[in-house]
Amino acid sequence: MTAAPNFLIVLPEMFLGVAAMLLLLVGIYAGARATRFVTWLCVLALVATLAILLQPVWSSGAAPRQVGLFGMFVGDSLGVFTQTLVILGSILSLLIAMRFNEREGIARIEFPVLVLIATAGMMMMIAANDLIALYLGLELQSLALYVLAAFARDDVRSTEAGLKYFVLGAVASGMLLFGASMVYGFAGTTSFDGLAKLFTNGGGNSVGLITGIVFISVGLAFKVSAVPFHMWTPDVYEGAPTPVTAFFSVAPKIAALTLFLRVMLQPFGGLMADWQQIIWVISLLSMAWGSFAAIAQQNIKRLMAYSSIGHVGYALIGLAAGSAAGVRGVLVYLAIYLFMNAGTFAVILCMRRDGKMVEGIDDLAGLSRTHPALALALAIFMFSLAGIPPLAGFFAKLYVFMAAIDAGLPILAVLGVLSSVVGAYYYLRIVKVMYFDEARGAFDRPFGGEVTAVILVCAIIITFFIVWPGPMLNGADAVAATLFPG
Amino acid sequence: MTTMAHWPLLSLTTFLPLAGVAAILVLRGDEQAVARNARWIALWTSLIVFAVSLAVWANFDPTRSDFQLVEQADWLPDFNIGYHMGVDGISLFFVLLSTFLTPICVIASWTAIQRRVKEYMIAFLALETMMVGIFCALDFILFYVFFEGVLVPMFLIIGVWGGPRRVYSAFKFFLYTLLGSVLSLLAILAIYFITGTADIPEALAFNFPTSLQPWLWLAFFASFAVKVPMWPFHTWLPDAHVEAPTAGSVILAGVLLKLGGYGFIRFSLPMFPAASAFFTPFVFTLSVVAIIYTSLVALAQQDMKKLIAYSSVAHMGFVTIGIFTVTPEGLQGAMIQMLSHGVVSAALFLCVGVVYDRLHTREIARYGGLAENMPKYACAFMVFMLASVGLPGTSGFVGEFLAMIGAFQVNTWVAFLGMIGVILGAAYMLWLYRRIIFEKITHADVRAMVDLSPREILIFAPMIALVLWMGIYPASFLKPMQPSIANLIERVQVSQRAAATTLAQR
Repeated sequence: MTAAPNFLIVLPEMFLGVAAMLLLLVGIYAGARATRFVTWLCVLALVATLAILLQPVWSSGAAPRQVGLFGMFVGDSLGVFTQTLVILGSILSLLIAMRFNEREGIARIEFPVLVLIATAGMMMMIAANDLIALYLGLELQSLALYVLAAFARDDVRSTEAGLKYFVLGAVASGMLLFGASMVYGFAGTTSFDGLAKLFTNGGGNSVGLITGIVFISVGLAFKVSAVPFHMWTPDVYEGAPTPVTAFFSVAPKIAALTLFLRVMLQPFGGLMADWQQIIWVISLLSMAWGSFAAIAQQNIKRLMAYSSIGHVGYALIGLAAGSAAGVRGVLVYLAIYLFMNAGTFAVILCMRRDGKMVEGIDDLAGLSRTHPALALALAIFMFSLAGIPPLAGFFAKLYVFMAAIDAGLPILAVLGVLSSVVGAYYYLRIVKVMYFDEARGAFDRPFGGEVTAVILVCAIIITFFIVWPGPMLNGADAVAATLFPG
Repeated sequence: MTTMAHWPLLSLTTFLPLAGVAAILVLRGDEQAVARNARWIALWTSLIVFAVSLAVWANFDPTRSDFQLVEQADWLPDFNIGYHMGVDGISLFFVLLSTFLTPICVIASWTAIQRRVKEYMIAFLALETMMVGIFCALDFILFYVFFEGVLVPMFLIIGVWGGPRRVYSAFKFFLYTLLGSVLSLLAILAIYFITGTADIPEALAFNFPTSLQPWLWLAFFASFAVKVPMWPFHTWLPDAHVEAPTAGSVILAGVLLKLGGYGFIRFSLPMFPAASAFFTPFVFTLSVVAIIYTSLVALAQQDMKKLIAYSSVAHMGFVTIGIFTVTPEGLQGAMIQMLSHGVVSAALFLCVGVVYDRLHTREIARYGGLAENMPKYACAFMVFMLASVGLPGTSGFVGEFLAMIGAFQVNTWVAFLGMIGVILGAAYMLWLYRRIIFEKITHADVRAMVDLSPREILIFAPMIALVLWMGIYPASFLKPMQPSIANLIERVQVSQRAAATTLAQR
């Protein structure tokens, strides 16, 4: 040991963890009455974490790659970019959850604190530079999420969702751990840098290692809910309280996809020829199944579950490409997906009639008559999710397909665009219900200031992305370039 | 050149309608007042846009073959994707056609649309932006944004204000055309990687490897053939036309069907000359089948709109034949045929709209004898009907005649079979006219129908003038497009010759 461990590299994660514990204490002493206060404090903590995260980038203009804490964690521009997205996703979820939880009688201080802990876990996942650190982050995130899924503890569906998520999630974690142990057994190291060095020198290409990588891929595919490891998604999405579903559909997905990118491209980058075909198949199955299975759905949360499965498929095209263009595509996709999904779920949270939440797609009938602005916002999100220009969702798809064509995967690209046409059908169906069908009666007002603000901000970002796409695209481009030097 | 040449005229034409959208969006008050104001704002916006587009024409130098009034700005400089606008002789008149038809649509919907007027006018103005943008865009990504963006307002127009089967038709229209366009998106991305830029003029000058050309050509064909529509990809059209409100049909027939032909001329021919030559017999076959088959189908229709929809497919068959002859006559004929069809079929749909507004049925058998109580209507209808048939002196004649001259030079059989289609076209149009306008009045409610109102005369008058202008003195329209078309033909022939010599050297 020559130097003191570089703690600064995990400063945002440490800050967030400490803040979560402190806020838990505050919450316990202040009691349930202080839930709103604690939630706002949690939002504040997330904003502060964001500031700590971005401060070095602002002051120096770049995020050079540095490894710290005995090589367990890494700080680089990929981490900064995606951790920013994760924190934004958590902030948006907390904002739209506040009033919902109060109305549903599940406003407890554990909710925001658990979101904070899960966020800390996700940030650790993203920053992991070692299989052990990866597993620690993943489990910290997952355990918090299991509890969140079952947060409406008096609701059978919610508890069922939590239990299902826990059982299947534990199996996936087990697979991942098993894969990691096989990799360690055959490679002799858990460090990403060590593994990368081993594979780039052409060594270690043994069946045992490949088996280990397959198991790790399966565990990660489960976490991003890619087909064929997606079965938990519709049930958990439907059963969990809606703000939790909103949270699930953005932040953990972004974290897990980033982890997927990092693990596949950095330690196992030398074995790309071996894992590329796996990703190819997973990506295609996710796109196709996400599109076809969503057609028959009647519940909008289930529909969004299948939609998210499909979108993971599109994002994985970028990973299948395995190039700088691919990484850029994934990052752009995740950033735009965050706002589309957060906005959509904020609209879903407004679906409340006679004091009760409604979740049927039919309940949106005639929304353009009863709530024109809400209908317009949801239509914008739906057309964007379908990838129709000039909305942002088009650019998300454009960049992953660009990567696929560039990387010589024309068949995946063709099948991808075909499934996006199938997918357009069910997004259009929601527009049809809102605009073509007769009105069914208004939703309860008021929707709440935070929810309205989230919808407005997301709709503006999605609509006007086309005017000034430069910052996000160039940012993603710069990140991708650091992963593929030379 | 006037000082106006320095203005960003094309951007103004494209995005001015969005200013109207913004103005309508902020309207508040009771429903009647909002509807009235929305109509007036839409009308004034579209008229101003038309005036601006006339300024584009005035500033256009008809002796040049390159892109004019070019505007360039950074959009995604790191990716070589930019905001690049410009028109040449091929796109100029499509811009004018779009801006000409939009105010007519607004006036035609003045009383017919009473429900959700605000949203309706917003949809039409947004549609205008997209349409003009398609023809002005000189960057592939920009082009595609407009090209696919057009689907959203049209989907809503058919679905919200359409007839009984509007939902089915709206979905069919949207998904059918989306399927075609996503494939062309992949071709655009491939072109982007081959040329290293999304700039259209650069891609037009690029010589694509002969081995790749057929694939790229087919991907574009998937998109444009659906838009034209060519047989057998036309089935969305009758449904969409029948269910769309009158003004929706006008835009659909007037402008959206031209996107296919425009795409073939703009992209397929100059970028993939070898593949175009290879696929010419294929296109000719489909076009001839379209002309004869859809003409026969049109003869059997009971619904006026459906009949005109099928006639559109037949007329667009002449366009695709003319384009792929790659002769000056054929291409000019195709261009004039598209412009003529844009006015004539739009006017025919408006004619159907006039009687539909009065009797609320499109069934041909419900009418008859309108000449007695609606003489002005009978007169206007006759002009458009004869133009559709291709009577000399009307715009339809110039287009079909030139296209057939082109076809005759390349393949006499195609010309012969095409001419059979002209005869069939005369048959179904004259028969339609007889059944609606002549014969005895058998229905009491038909006798009670009143003749054209001043508003309706205001719609038809400029269209009649345009049809006769294009028929009697087509040179005003042919002259500006001739240099661009000559340039295009030279480009195709040079690269085909180059391909032939490389083959010979092997």
